Amino acid sequence: MSATKEEEISGRLSAQFPFLAGQVKIQRARRLWVETSPENFDAVFNGLVEKFGFNSLCTITGLDEGEYFGLLYHLAKEDGTVASLKVRVARHNPKWKSIGNKFPGGIIYEREIADLLGVQFEGLPPGPRYPLTDNWPAGQYPLRKDWQNTNVLPKNGGGA
Amino acid sequence: MNKIKIPIGPQHPALKEPANFQLVLEGEKIYEAGMRLGYNHRGIEKACEQRSYIQDIYLVERVCGICSHSHATAFVQAVEEIAGLQIPPRASYIRTLIGELERIHSHLLWLGVAGHEVGFDTLLMYTWRDREIVMDLLAEITGNRVNYGINTVGGVRRDVSAEQIANISKGVDAMEERTKYYIQVATEEATLIARLSKVGYLSKENALRLGAIGPTGRASAVDTDTRRDDPYAAYADLNFKVITDNHCDVYGRTLVRVGELMQTYNMVRQILKQMPEGPIAVKAPRKIPAGEAFSRYEAPRGEDVHYVRANGTDKPERVKIRAPTLANLSSVAKMMEQNYLADVPIIIAAIDPCFSCTDRALVLKDFGQPGDRAMEWNELRKYGIEWHRQRGIDFSGANKRFAKLMEAHN
Repeated sequence: MSATKEEEISGRLSAQFPFLAGQVKIQRARRLWVETSPENFDAVFNGLVEKFGFNSLCTITGLDEGEYFGLLYHLAKEDGTVASLKVRVARHNPKWKSIGNKFPGGIIYEREIADLLGVQFEGLPPGPRYPLTDNWPAGQYPLRKDWQNTNVLPKNGGGA
Repeated sequence: MNKIKIPIGPQHPALKEPANFQLVLEGEKIYEAGMRLGYNHRGIEKACEQRSYIQDIYLVERVCGICSHSHATAFVQAVEEIAGLQIPPRASYIRTLIGELERIHSHLLWLGVAGHEVGFDTLLMYTWRDREIVMDLLAEITGNRVNYGINTVGGVRRDVSAEQIANISKGVDAMEERTKYYIQVATEEATLIARLSKVGYLSKENALRLGAIGPTGRASAVDTDTRRDDPYAAYADLNFKVITDNHCDVYGRTLVRVGELMQTYNMVRQILKQMPEGPIAVKAPRKIPAGEAFSRYEAPRGEDVHYVRANGTDKPERVKIRAPTLANLSSVAKMMEQNYLADVPIIIAAIDPCFSCTDRALVLKDFGQPGDRAMEWNELRKYGIEWHRQRGIDFSGANKRFAKLMEAHN
């Protein structure tokens, strides 16, 4: 039986990046999930974009996983295949790098994660925040699991 | 020439939705455009984590008032993938049917708004009248004109009757006739073509680099459509063409949308003809096993994506939504560059060129003069006349001739 196109991509990825062995999952047709360490992120990300044709960034998802923040880069190919590349950054030092120079459209997704999850992206160009208000209190990141809306609302519930 | 920065929005008489655009003008031309978004952020992703999957369907359906079915479908598709549910073929067809009817309503609405923004209000009246046909059909099938509530985890909630199928068929025929007329207007009406051509140019290269999607990308010759490339629901069974255009401007975006309407009428006919009999839903568990899924949907405005992570409970661990407009906004800034301020409304079809408002927001300064004082209106007028006279443009003779003419007439 010949390999499907997903198996072929998975095989080529593991051959090119031996450290990815066992880290590539085929969930269904056209859906691949890849996890990499922060050190290898650049190589895998650039490889997927430049050598494997995943040249469109659908979005970036930020996840609160306790000790870590997970970042999922959903990269799509013209044939409809999506590779979700995951990297984890430590919660105690939530710093990561911007991919804005490669995907200018990704800047807004990074700003969103910076605002809602508190991951700082180095290399992000100056610009307005997104999507929270200018007077949003510092250090309040709503998408963190330990965040409660009472952190910013008055104790009596506020509102009319 | 001095550059002037003007803010438009977030609250502006011509803006239908809150957004703020910072336009740097060099004379009449836009030198640079920046934007500030988020005024409508409602915390829906966080709210999803605190509600059950069933409640979340109705919540995500309210992300957008126009492509509500797009969000609900993208969400349930992700949940069904995690739960390993295979929805019945008839449910797939009904989802596709509602999705395509929604596209008709959205594209006709857009065509009207586009007409309105260029001062062609007859087009607005015509398209919105015709749009009522599809709104009535959606209300007949689902009970609602918007926010249809047709989806559930495992299928759809309402079946389509033979009588409804007959009505949809008749409605589609009527709308197709009307759309043929709009295509004639778009391709033959010289004023409209002149008004839309070369406005808001976005090259294919920039469209790809900035991640433009949907009709915006397709009008810049980017040949992508999730319905064809990553088929979901019943799209794999349908025969359709992805409409692209290489005008790369607002005119191209108009042609793509009217072209897509014609494809959609055909797709609806295929759906009605091929719709298999059978159940419309499978039983879904209340608790969804741990897992994650990434779902894509071709909404009328472009690819809508949802990411869902389940943790084994009845509430999701994380729901991430990226609506098509967010992906297209980076391109809007590029489209505005080197265009006239007067073209801003049609480029971002939601801003009107309210010159009286912008003029009042401007402070004209005598730059380089001591004190940088503001000019009075008469002073500014005199300055303008003198500025032109020095460059050989003198209307004083013409003014005198005009005054004489008026005298003779009286």
